Amino acid sequence: MTSATHRTIEAVWRIESARIIATVARMVRDVGIAEELAQDTLVVALQQWPASGVPENPGAWLTAAAKNRALDWLRRGRLLQSKHEELGRELAVREEIATADAVEAADAALDDGVGDDLLRLVFIACHPVLSPDARVALTLRLLGGLSTDEIARAFLVPEGTVAQRIVRAKRTLTEARVPFEAPAREELAVRLSSVLEVLYLVFNEGYSATAGQDWMRPQLCEEALRLGRVLAELMPTQPEVWGLVALMEIQASRLRARTGPSGEPILLMEQNRARWDRLLIGRGLAALARAERLGGALGPYALQAAIAACHARATTAQETDWLRILALYDALAQLSPSAVVELNRAVALTMAFGPEAGLSAVDALAAAPALKDYHLLPGVRGDLLARLGRRQEAALEFRKAASLTRNERERKLMLARAGACEAASPSQSQQD
Amino acid sequence: MRFMMLMIPKGYESAPPGTMPSADAVAAMMKYNESLQKAGVLLALDGLHPPSMGARITFAGGKPQVTDGPFAEAKEVLGGYWMIQVKSKEEAIEWASRCPAADNEMIEVRQVAEMEDFPEDVKAAAEGFTDLQSKASG
Repeated sequence: MTSATHRTIEAVWRIESARIIATVARMVRDVGIAEELAQDTLVVALQQWPASGVPENPGAWLTAAAKNRALDWLRRGRLLQSKHEELGRELAVREEIATADAVEAADAALDDGVGDDLLRLVFIACHPVLSPDARVALTLRLLGGLSTDEIARAFLVPEGTVAQRIVRAKRTLTEARVPFEAPAREELAVRLSSVLEVLYLVFNEGYSATAGQDWMRPQLCEEALRLGRVLAELMPTQPEVWGLVALMEIQASRLRARTGPSGEPILLMEQNRARWDRLLIGRGLAALARAERLGGALGPYALQAAIAACHARATTAQETDWLRILALYDALAQLSPSAVVELNRAVALTMAFGPEAGLSAVDALAAAPALKDYHLLPGVRGDLLARLGRRQEAALEFRKAASLTRNERERKLMLARAGACEAASPSQSQQD
Repeated sequence: MRFMMLMIPKGYESAPPGTMPSADAVAAMMKYNESLQKAGVLLALDGLHPPSMGARITFAGGKPQVTDGPFAEAKEVLGGYWMIQVKSKEEAIEWASRCPAADNEMIEVRQVAEMEDFPEDVKAAAEGFTDLQSKASG
């Protein structure tokens, strides 16, 4: 894939593949088959276009070719299945629908029906019958147009593993007879939260990438954000979709500021805010405003976005509105209680009312089994103790945090802070 | 990676103040903008008033000198821009090719420089790391 034509085909595929797969899936009612038929079309383009030249409207060409393949597949299926009358009749109906569709309009690629198909594809790729790993792989493959190789590199797993995950996921969908439909109203909340979870998981996988790792990993942030924006256009009345988009936009705005020159992490309060991406912050605040305008209580993503927005709005760390952040964490803790949220709430409490208030909140958490091996708990506790001048105790906590974290750079940071406490130098750092 | 799609309409360099595109052209462009938005690639876009309503500031000899528009010597001027987030230059070109532009219009596709593109000393200067590092290790 090095010639100019191949690169053009890749670009067209990137833009069109999800829509093509979605359109074909409506015809053949099977996402796995639809993806294969779409892939076949891509292969034809790769074979023909270098010699024949790229057609004037490559997207429409690919769509039409894929639809034709789908029609052939339906006809073949009907011949094979003609003995099984019921199935035959079903396929005949499908073919009728499909033919009508194909005739409909040459520029169907731009009509709104495609949006509906795309949305169905989103919900199926994130279907609860699939394992979380499978949902992620299928989403990136079907909606992101990523190759198995790209997905594998992004998730640091062998390509064969991803290929298998995708094959199995498609088989599971076929066997479970998952219909090519958007969820019914009563299912919508649960199904949508599965979709949002997949996107945020992809985003965080990219966000946790460290310097020097394969460039596909940070690329995951961009892809999750892009898919979030696509979803927001498809479901503009769902506040949590805008909430997630807002959260990802604002978090992504800090990507450039969150690591130092040699890849060491820089905590939120110590980041150079001039390096924050104002464009993404603006987009994030606008998305949050959309979520808020839709009314009702904010959901967990919108609440997290609102917290991120408090930081984004503060020109300097000192100007952070900690009282508002604390109120938002209170709301989040009620909505989706978790020890991690409580820990963050304790940090907000510290920032609003001082280390003593924070320490008693953290001590109350210390017994939570969910936090037993959570390195941030001793990290935060150490920080609070250091602020209170209890440096020996603080050093012990930092050492404990260092032994619990799996991140090498974080481990070094914790050990450095322990050393600093032992040397009895005052500490100014804070936890995020 | 981010790209700017710079719209350069021939004739805009001498357009009188207040020149606006036709309603038809705007309608077609809105549809195009919507397709960028629906694909999740659009970050920002703006249209610019003609240069006759602007000014140029030159710095010969280190002194800012202001010249009001229009600019007699200008052959190509910007009419507007889109900022998109895509995976490759080819993808940016593909999006630009889909623009319902008129005969007199041209789109220049330019990649936005990211910090990784710069050498180390420029990065350090841009990010003010000398200042930050002292804080981070405090």
